Amino acid sequence: MTGFAVEANFALNIALLLMLLVCGVAIARTRSLMAAILLMSVYSLVSAVWLVVMDAADVAFTEAVVGAGVSTIVLLGATLLARGQTERHDWRTQIVPGIAAIGVGVLLVYAATGLPGFGDAASPANAHVGRAYLEQTAQDIGVPNMVTAVLASYRGFDTLGEAVVIFAAGIGVALLLGFGPRAQLAPLPEDLGDHHVVLRVVAKLLIPLIVLYAFYVQFHGDIGAGGGFQAGVILAVAVILHALVFGLRETMAAVPAKAARTIAALGILLYAGVGVVCIVNGGGFLDYDRLFSPRVEAMIPANLLGDPGQAHHWGQHFGIFFIELGVLLTVAATMVTIFYGFAGRVLDGEAKR
Amino acid sequence: MTVFENLYVAAPALTAQAPILVVLAPLVGACAAALAPGARTGWVISVVTTLFAVWMAMAVAGEVARHGVVQYVIGGFAPPLGIAFRIDALGAGMGLLVSTMGFLGALYSGHALVSEIDTQKHTLFQAGYLLCVAGFLGLVFTGDAFNAFVFLEVSSIGTYALVAAGEARDRRALPAAFTYLIFGTVGATFYVIGVGFLYGATGTLNMADMAARLGTLGDSSAVQAGFAFIVVGLGLKAAMFPLHGWLPGTYSTAPSLVSVFLAAVATKAAIYLMARFAFDVFPQTTTFGGLFIKDVLAPLAAAGAIICSLQAIFETEIRRMLAFSSIAQVGFILLGFSLASAAGMSAALFYMFAHALMKTALFMALGALAISLRARRLDDLAGVAREAPWSVAAFGVGAASLAGVPLTMGFLAKWRLIDAALGAGAIWIVATLAIGSLLTLVYVGRMLEAMFFRAPPAGAARAKEAPVGVLAPLWIAAGLSIWFGIDASLPEAIADAGAAALFGAAR
Amino acid sequence: MSLLGTHFNYVAVVVLMMIGLFIVFSSRNLIKRMIGLAIFQTSTGLFYISLGKVAGGTAAIRLDGTSPEARALAATLDPAYVAQHGVEGVVYSNPLPHVLILTAIVVGVATLAVGLAIAVRIREAYGTIEADEINAVARVDAAGAEAAP
Repeated sequence: MTGFAVEANFALNIALLLMLLVCGVAIARTRSLMAAILLMSVYSLVSAVWLVVMDAADVAFTEAVVGAGVSTIVLLGATLLARGQTERHDWRTQIVPGIAAIGVGVLLVYAATGLPGFGDAASPANAHVGRAYLEQTAQDIGVPNMVTAVLASYRGFDTLGEAVVIFAAGIGVALLLGFGPRAQLAPLPEDLGDHHVVLRVVAKLLIPLIVLYAFYVQFHGDIGAGGGFQAGVILAVAVILHALVFGLRETMAAVPAKAARTIAALGILLYAGVGVVCIVNGGGFLDYDRLFSPRVEAMIPANLLGDPGQAHHWGQHFGIFFIELGVLLTVAATMVTIFYGFAGRVLDGEAKR
Repeated sequence: MTVFENLYVAAPALTAQAPILVVLAPLVGACAAALAPGARTGWVISVVTTLFAVWMAMAVAGEVARHGVVQYVIGGFAPPLGIAFRIDALGAGMGLLVSTMGFLGALYSGHALVSEIDTQKHTLFQAGYLLCVAGFLGLVFTGDAFNAFVFLEVSSIGTYALVAAGEARDRRALPAAFTYLIFGTVGATFYVIGVGFLYGATGTLNMADMAARLGTLGDSSAVQAGFAFIVVGLGLKAAMFPLHGWLPGTYSTAPSLVSVFLAAVATKAAIYLMARFAFDVFPQTTTFGGLFIKDVLAPLAAAGAIICSLQAIFETEIRRMLAFSSIAQVGFILLGFSLASAAGMSAALFYMFAHALMKTALFMALGALAISLRARRLDDLAGVAREAPWSVAAFGVGAASLAGVPLTMGFLAKWRLIDAALGAGAIWIVATLAIGSLLTLVYVGRMLEAMFFRAPPAGAARAKEAPVGVLAPLWIAAGLSIWFGIDASLPEAIADAGAAALFGAAR
Repeated sequence: MSLLGTHFNYVAVVVLMMIGLFIVFSSRNLIKRMIGLAIFQTSTGLFYISLGKVAGGTAAIRLDGTSPEARALAATLDPAYVAQHGVEGVVYSNPLPHVLILTAIVVGVATLAVGLAIAVRIREAYGTIEADEINAVARVDAAGAEAAP
């Protein structure tokens, strides 16, 4: 069953996992927080590559933008605000956690021996529900990217929950960091000079391209890797880049914190609203087949989508389009809110300058 | 659930959608609250949406009483491909509990937040609170193991920040919130690992499908470890001894609204999910799962019930006393649960309802006093009964129920638990319950003695009676503790039906 | 292949989980703890993805079985294997774990953001993010509550 390509794939898998282990050990051993954060970023990038080897293109994309991107930014911001540079080690405090971790690890390895071997196509995990998705997506949903089909339609309720989790994190960060005297921005220095002129010109060129790319990722999600979540993060990156180059004050004037929170809430409402429309048209919550009432569906030319036999795919396509839009709005706005929370916080002693 | 059989509270079309509306109402409410222009509007949204959730939860209970199990398919794809709510009598009872407590909390938040949280933050705070309510409601209704994790996190992520907001009165809220976040996340991740092993062994995430396939596949090391990880992960969330380290700090420093809701609902929702896995997904209680419950869970629960009661006795801060009491009571509930019988589960459920009401009353009463009096220690509350009689009387009712005084719900709860343990012939559990109850009596006595019988210190800043907006929900909780102590037919029916849903009515 | 051959992925993932868990509970620095938590969470993701990998499979993006791309993929595999485990001539990896882990990654970053925000507030309130020093101050706080009139 295994040809050369499979063996090469397996070797790559092992090599990348070993690199992850090296990163993990290095993170545990280093005392410098900055080193740990950068290693964490490397860890995320390596795991993104590993995810590609595992055929998880969508996850790899997300891990790259989130793990190596957003997480690193947030970690660096927090380290700057907390003035944490190095941590102190004390071997005495490491004995009990060490034993606990080893205990958990032994139990997990014992458990893993009860699982079918890696790559087994006939394992329960791959043969039962997982296989049903592969076989039925074309008929049920009609989008080529089956990860998107499962994410947005079969398990669309999970994805609503995921968007809500991110929204909750935005609310949490805003509650924690968005108010009080330290959340007032420090006044800008009088004279910024013009030594950032290259940066500004490059950023002005880049930001529209990033936004364009975000929309590509958004609308391409049905066909290839990508979707609302990844696009939302990329869109937020455009805003963050603007803030880094032109100053947070300028950015917050263009996209106020309150507006970001509003957009995040509207994204969730859009998502839930799609579900409610399906209910109103006689289906269950998020049943995109009922997104359009039969009267509207009858007006859609049968061959417009290329598959006259599957008129209900219209509902699926539009349902997925709108909920992905909701995810985009919520994720982008929340990422901006989180960034504002950390970047807008003033360091000790600067509060009342 | 015969009491609900003739309960038709909504039009049939609405009733058919009730399961999802229960969860959607607070979820949409959270978005609306985040958009609300002012604190007052935010509060109104919070009250209206949680009240709507209570209404819909009653409609669900009616449906469950008539049809046994209600399945609500989401997304138009039947499980195991899609996600569905699967609500039996147990889920319906928990839905009623969570939504009612959510509503009482929302009612209470109108005045309680004013003294504790900066007005600017009120709308966001309400949004976070409603997300927490929605998360727990989704958790008790869902029939999908991974979806349950998502809702567990929905209920948790915002809550960490809400707990931290207690920092305005007590800066220890910040490290407490951090510890809560670490423990909560590790617990949730353990749960995910456990679900992953079960998925690897069965290929499905739907709990009913999982149960069916486990029945044919039998035990393997992956299934056993999966079960163990789920129990430990949820045990962290449920503050099961010795995994309770996050709870005392959290309950004692969080804003009172958050303490009220967490104490009433959070640990119970985790225990509920644990019961789902222990008795529904793993039906063969004689095998590994059964042994795990009898030989690991039960002794830990007993140890928690005794040790944390002792800690409550020696604690000086009143809210920490109540927090340790909560861990001890979780031990009581888990003891009933560990009997793995219909009677034991019914007693545990009844105890959950009783405990939710009494702790709501107790924490709300402390919040009511905290509006005017900055008190942490029990001694600071000396003689406070004379200054705020209504608040303290409600506290007294809650405390009496906690101690198990006759004519309160707490008495019946303890009675049923002891009865179930006797029925199962588990004498050591009866003994543990008796000792735990005696210890409870000691710390409750300490609290009441200080508040009612001690003279207030001269010249100190003193308490004033709380406004009606705070007293109303407080007395609803306290009143129900007495009402159900006299006529317990409603909670009894719900508890019996819930236990029957897990164990079958015949046993 | 030996057990380590077929289960190497799981063992590696478990070791990563152990490292994460160890950092969470051994480190005294709050930010380092959050890093440990992130490793613990992502390693869970690696576990799920390993479960869903199918040998010789490709990403679950639908290909036409008669397209050159699909044929090139199938050519590396035994035709009987493709016939048994493929869908219309193409073997895919399981998309379900990918979906679950997309959700888990989002939960992870949400947790990280909130946890770090709390850590920043702790720094502002206590002047440190080392757990030992915070505990020392907290004990003084508690003693203050004791001593308060």
